[in-house]
Amino acid sequence: MQTETINEQIDAAVAPIEITGGDAVMRALVAEGVETIFGYPGGAIMPIYDALYDYRDQLEHILVRHEQGGIHAGQGYARTSGKTGIVFATSGPGATNLVTGLADAMIDSTPLVCITGQVFAHLLGTDAFQETDVINITTPVTKWNYQVTDANEIPEALAKAFYIAKSGRPGPVLIDITKNAQVQKFNYPGYKPCKHIRSYRPKPVVRKEFTTAAAAMINKAERPLVIFGQGVILGCAENEFKAFIEKSGMPAAWTILGLSALSTDHPLNVGMLGMHGNYGPNMLTNECDVLIAVGMRFDDRVTGRLDRYAKQAKVIHLDIDPSEIDKNVKADVPVWGDCKETLPMITALLEKKDHRQWVNKFSECMEKEKEAVINEELNPSTDSLTMGEVIEQLNVLTKGDAIIVTDVGQHQMVACRYAKFNQTKSNITSGGLGTMGFALPAAIGAKYGAKDRTIVAVIGDGGIQMTIQELGTIMQNNINVKILILNNRFLGMVRQWQDLFNEKRYSFVDIASPDYVAVAKGYKIEGNSIEERKDLINALETMLNHDGPYLLEVFVGKENNVFPMVPQGCGVSEIRLK
Amino acid sequence: MNMKQEYTLTIYTENQVGLLNRIAIMFSRRKINIESMNTSPSEIEGIHRFNILINETEDVVRKIVRQIEKQVDVLKAYFNTNDTIIWQELALYKVPTDVIAEKVKVERLLRTYGARVVAIMSDYTIFETTGQREETDTLLKVLGEYGLIEFVRSARIAIIKDSKGFHEKLKEFELAEPTHHIIDEPISAAEAASKVV
Repeated sequence: MQTETINEQIDAAVAPIEITGGDAVMRALVAEGVETIFGYPGGAIMPIYDALYDYRDQLEHILVRHEQGGIHAGQGYARTSGKTGIVFATSGPGATNLVTGLADAMIDSTPLVCITGQVFAHLLGTDAFQETDVINITTPVTKWNYQVTDANEIPEALAKAFYIAKSGRPGPVLIDITKNAQVQKFNYPGYKPCKHIRSYRPKPVVRKEFTTAAAAMINKAERPLVIFGQGVILGCAENEFKAFIEKSGMPAAWTILGLSALSTDHPLNVGMLGMHGNYGPNMLTNECDVLIAVGMRFDDRVTGRLDRYAKQAKVIHLDIDPSEIDKNVKADVPVWGDCKETLPMITALLEKKDHRQWVNKFSECMEKEKEAVINEELNPSTDSLTMGEVIEQLNVLTKGDAIIVTDVGQHQMVACRYAKFNQTKSNITSGGLGTMGFALPAAIGAKYGAKDRTIVAVIGDGGIQMTIQELGTIMQNNINVKILILNNRFLGMVRQWQDLFNEKRYSFVDIASPDYVAVAKGYKIEGNSIEERKDLINALETMLNHDGPYLLEVFVGKENNVFPMVPQGCGVSEIRLK
Repeated sequence: MNMKQEYTLTIYTENQVGLLNRIAIMFSRRKINIESMNTSPSEIEGIHRFNILINETEDVVRKIVRQIEKQVDVLKAYFNTNDTIIWQELALYKVPTDVIAEKVKVERLLRTYGARVVAIMSDYTIFETTGQREETDTLLKVLGEYGLIEFVRSARIAIIKDSKGFHEKLKEFELAEPTHHIIDEPISAAEAASKVV
């Protein structure tokens, strides 16, 4: 957001003018530097859409096919652009369709401002047409929400919404505006961006005592392990993070939301944590002497059984959200604050070190994992294709420069494990909530957030069918996203669990698919479907080189399992290679 | 640490519609029963004060207090055990006037429990007492023998013994950039564990 734009807006509005609430919403969006809105109109939000009609040269509105698609697109946009995603929806069903996306954005700390229409204020609580109690429905899944019933409240409510969504630990904000407030004319006082709310502390106080203690502990460590999450990306602290691990030569492993903050080929990048993460980081979590967690929240998919998690290690936890510290894993040194500030403070006090022997242990583990899992996954001896080799070929063709958007399930784990990334903000996935159907709409938003990048949405045959209607959005706007469906003719992850833990009782995981190429064709999107290895490279190349959206379906082995795996209820060092 | 006991939460908040729900669902989400809840003005105009009583372990209470304090419209949240607060509840008792009039013993009982008469009607009389749970409970039990018609008890309200109130704290909160600085002086580990701001 540019200060000049805001100032111009303020200046322009010095003389009070009478405008409608809907117009005030538009002015707020323009002042906040918004470029793209994802939305779907309806009765209760019509005055806002009417106002938008006059701003259609300044504000690009993408008409989605379902509000869930709209909010996931907003998330994809926010994650690739680093800006706040904007979503419009009408009252009632429009608003309730946002709930999954709000919950997803809440748990994955994605900044969103969602604006919903609401029935006239005098009808609130009367079961009016398309009335639903949106504020109370969305309270647990929003960082903040607010109902506007008078146009005079609009500028301040939106200013607060933008400030809250983006500052501190980001999250979704919902503003519900009654229809009377949208049409109401009022004396517009101009738009003042919000910079401070007295009851809200986006950043905790940095205590030098703890950054010093952290540095001292790292300096003494013989086997330090750094584990990092999305906090590094949200804090725009990728460089600070790199400097931090490089100075004392510490191996660093990532959560799936931290993925791409550190380039894949960095010598200290030792891979992925958690249930389907790499063997080394999981095993050696229980061998390190100091565990340094940066901008991550010790999710249960990362830690496995907590009472068997890093019990031997001293824990340093850097987080901007004080309620994350000690929530799951007790920190010996709690470093509250934005890691963009705290990392350099610690780095400055670090001794130059090189834990080569310790880092080599990760390489040894990687060799073991290659032998047991990776080699067969990337160069299979079977006739059927594996998901891993598809991702590997994609790496070769994109050279690690693409943005990979994944859905949820086996393909997600495989993509995160094998995709290569050179740039940050390049791995877009639904981590905390695990929302199937996320990828296709998120890819749409991802493209608007990073227009010059290649976007590849990797999706399973289950997830694609949850939000497949967004092909319509792609068609209408000719959005250049590449849709790569990895079809194993099963709900693969649930099937894998049934295979491993339920004696192959494949209960309702056998999912049929339509002819995706024909469906794409119906939406005037080019596509192809392949099943054989000899066609893979060409098919991927065609997809990537195609000018415009493209759908490629790749049939892969039906009953392949993702390994390694830390079974639920096990400690991380009980990771299974098969 | 892992024994359940009574904790009284004191939460300073903005006076915002919907905040009561936002706070209440943080307990229900974790299936924690709220024993009592009171909202009232505080010593500062425009700032509300919640008192919430729950029976939980310190670990659970500490975590939930941090989650509460994270809410945008919450200024500060404290948790206290019973020995660190002064607390009271108010109780009202409705008894038949004729029974009271006949039995002098009742009046003596009321004096014993510091109750006072709020209303006397021809058919009923209402007494009131404030105190801790045992006191209001004992009177409840006693009056039960004299044809108690109705009973109601308020939520717990509490004052933290060593609190200096919120006036000074509020000044900190109202600074334009209240949190964007680095504190140089050390704090104790106990303080670090309990303080969030």
